Amino acid sequence: MNRIENLSRRAFLKGMFSAGALVLGARFFPHKLMAAQLPLAGADVNDAVFHPNLFVGIEPDGTVIIAAHRSEMGTCIRTSLPRVVADELDADWSRVKLQQAIGDPRYGSQNTDGSHSVREFFEVMREMGAAARLMLIRAAAERWQVPAEQCETTLHAVVHPASGRKLGYGELASAAAKLPVPKKEELQFKPSAKWRYIGKGAQSYDLLGLCTGKPLFGMDVKVDGMVYAAIAHPPVLGGKVKSYDDSETLQVRGVRRTVQIEPFKPPHAFQALGGIAVIADNTWAAFQGRNKLKVEWDNGPNSSYTSSEYKKKLQETVRRSCKVVRNEGDVDAVFAKGGKIVEAEYYTPHLAHASMEPPVAVAEYKDGKVVAWVSTQNPQAVQEAVAGALGIKKEDVICHVTLLGGAFGRKSKPDYAVEAALLSKKVGKPVKVVWSREDDIKFDYYHSVAAMYLKAALGENGKPVAWLQRSAFPSLMSTFATNVEYGAPLELGMGWVDIPFDIPNLRCENGRATAHVRIGWLRSVANIYHAFAVQSFADELAHVAGRDPVDYLLELIGPPRIIDLKSIGYWNYNGSAEEYPIDTSRLRRVTEMAAEQAGWGKRKLGKGMGMGIAAHRSFLTYVATVVQVEVDDKGRVRIPRVDTVVDAGLVVNPEAVRAQFQGAAVFATSLARTGEITATNGVIDQSNFHDYPVARMGDAPYETHVTIVESNAPPAGAGEPGVPPFVPAFFNAIYAATGKRLRELPLSKHNLAA
Amino acid sequence: MIRLKVNDVERTFDGDPQMPLLWYLRDELGLTGAKYGCGMALCGACTVHRNGKAIRSCSTPMADVDGAEIVTIEGLSKNGLHPVQKAWMEVNVPQCGYCQPGQIMQAVALLRENPHPTDEEIERAMAGNICRCGTYQRIRAAIKKAAGGSV
Repeated sequence: MNRIENLSRRAFLKGMFSAGALVLGARFFPHKLMAAQLPLAGADVNDAVFHPNLFVGIEPDGTVIIAAHRSEMGTCIRTSLPRVVADELDADWSRVKLQQAIGDPRYGSQNTDGSHSVREFFEVMREMGAAARLMLIRAAAERWQVPAEQCETTLHAVVHPASGRKLGYGELASAAAKLPVPKKEELQFKPSAKWRYIGKGAQSYDLLGLCTGKPLFGMDVKVDGMVYAAIAHPPVLGGKVKSYDDSETLQVRGVRRTVQIEPFKPPHAFQALGGIAVIADNTWAAFQGRNKLKVEWDNGPNSSYTSSEYKKKLQETVRRSCKVVRNEGDVDAVFAKGGKIVEAEYYTPHLAHASMEPPVAVAEYKDGKVVAWVSTQNPQAVQEAVAGALGIKKEDVICHVTLLGGAFGRKSKPDYAVEAALLSKKVGKPVKVVWSREDDIKFDYYHSVAAMYLKAALGENGKPVAWLQRSAFPSLMSTFATNVEYGAPLELGMGWVDIPFDIPNLRCENGRATAHVRIGWLRSVANIYHAFAVQSFADELAHVAGRDPVDYLLELIGPPRIIDLKSIGYWNYNGSAEEYPIDTSRLRRVTEMAAEQAGWGKRKLGKGMGMGIAAHRSFLTYVATVVQVEVDDKGRVRIPRVDTVVDAGLVVNPEAVRAQFQGAAVFATSLARTGEITATNGVIDQSNFHDYPVARMGDAPYETHVTIVESNAPPAGAGEPGVPPFVPAFFNAIYAATGKRLRELPLSKHNLAA
Repeated sequence: MIRLKVNDVERTFDGDPQMPLLWYLRDELGLTGAKYGCGMALCGACTVHRNGKAIRSCSTPMADVDGAEIVTIEGLSKNGLHPVQKAWMEVNVPQCGYCQPGQIMQAVALLRENPHPTDEEIERAMAGNICRCGTYQRIRAAIKKAAGGSV
């Protein structure tokens, strides 16, 4: 239900295109809107207000301009999606210019998280490219007075093979712009064998700029008359300023003034945290001025939160019966019979995102409107949150999207952009809010802590006949509503209720837990703790049963089949069960391939070495990972090699997907080795990379080999699914190397010395 | 008054001598290639050259660069790309790219002192530069590639 329209003579693109350019826009209707409109099929949606959504344009000089409407944080999506348009258009990529889109709901979702950019936009990108190509062909045919069917395209040109004539796209743009847009039924898509770009690796459009230090990031934005702000946030979530003394602050050279920001009204969502802002002439003066502030805080009820105490409560919770979220057969009856019973508890702490570029935003409020430049994954959320905070209309917030210096889910939450807009309104100038690393670590939307309890009864051959698993974690939904006590379907559907094992008696439970810090989503979200527990336990059972972990895992996954979870309302990452079933044959295949590639059972491993495996489906992508470790006498762990096999359906940019899975292994290494955020009396204990260490070159896997399964299945996610299987595979490898079973993250809490 | 040369241009500075070089470069000169990442010399995103050696500009006060020659990523190469930048592009190192100017400046300084570093020497020299996207494997490969050519 996408619709391609001719925008060539629309006034709103003035300035972007020259006269005579061919410009096509695709009106993209989000799936949800489509569903709502289904009874009205055929009706014209929103015709009154026309606006270019996704667009492709061809200038008379042949330059092709394509809108990049997703945020670029390193996944290469800003490059990969426009290449789909360019492919169907038969355009020369070296003549393509990208135009980063501002925030606007009419683009469809711009929320660049959840690993869904390609799967959601692949088709509409193809349609746009194919429509423009057909119009160019028709324009040429008219010029030559030949049937369009006799014409075809070569790179960036239309040819008429019978007469040997050829016209470049630029020469045809003006004529094509006057033609009606072809109907979808008329479009001819390239067969995959003729793809120039889809499925072929590509470097980032921005590569040169990134290697030469060009000002591309939110942190690099500077606008005329801009002042800088650093904010002293309440140390405890929900805290308020009791009183403050800024006399020393105001003596700092370069500091102009201080401004109080009101505390939020629960739920906090994307509101500003409140506090005292220091306005200055440069970032350094703002930071210095903030250091000199004397603030007395009213910390409020969350000062009761100490994570070590909370951990005990979570662990108690999962030792008792919890809310049943999936139930098959009767595990209790099997457990009552006795036999070989295995139990284990797992625990994972809070994590901070710690993207290299901390949150940063510039905003200018003027005459009831805001213009913002934000390092954001979600410009529409910026519009909404800023509009809400300032009491203006969403349409009156223009959000320019910069490149992002990493994000990992943090930059979907635009509280820092709200701060910039609020401050700009108060000081009457454009304001740049820069979060220090300390702000970033201490005031994040944290990845949830989680406690898991698993219990299995093993039958003959050591295979489980009953499996019980309980988890408890404060839900990220607590960010959007008060009194949230249980995991949301979205979280429980990330590696918990969708456990793909072939076990006749299976029960999944979820325990009560409330949040005391801001909880948010972090690269692969609940899959991190769920996969850690499930895939560690699978490995434990293999060893109890005296079986090879790969063989055992394959037996747990069971025969090739489709697992139907419609009856329990499984969300399936918003993918349909028909297009994106849980297909165990694909999970088996990546498992077998990863083991093969790693030389599982064949490679000779020396003293202190071990291999571990884990397989996990997330974001509709199937991944298996084998980690090899080397542990020395002092307990130091190195990771010489990682093998990952990925089945993500059709892959648009395999080079970017390989990079994502190499990167995911390092991201997962960080959280597995040292990732731990704790709180004492509501205050986060960590502050910077010395007490929240992340993997450095020597800590990271020496090499990660990524194999992408050739597939014609619909495209699936790539940015996140590399993370979940890595962590259990890593810890399973440590067990293989040392005989020590670690059931709690991170590794730094354990001593592996011989 | 502090006098220094930045990318071959003479500069004077009479602000707070305790202000780190990073913020002078970024906020005053508009040279935003060196990045803020931690402010404590823990991550290396702010790496520039002082008299040819890699330093962390976020923790180097202006008082310490009086009379110095500073080179940032913007001034790394006058004619086209530096061989290390070329290697970075060939290996397709960057993901988000935010840390890469610091990584490149650190790698250039390493190769200047040690044109053919071993894996261990690369690891040691690059240990102060964090990449959260996890491009380390490619950084190592790019350094080796640059070392293979003439740097």
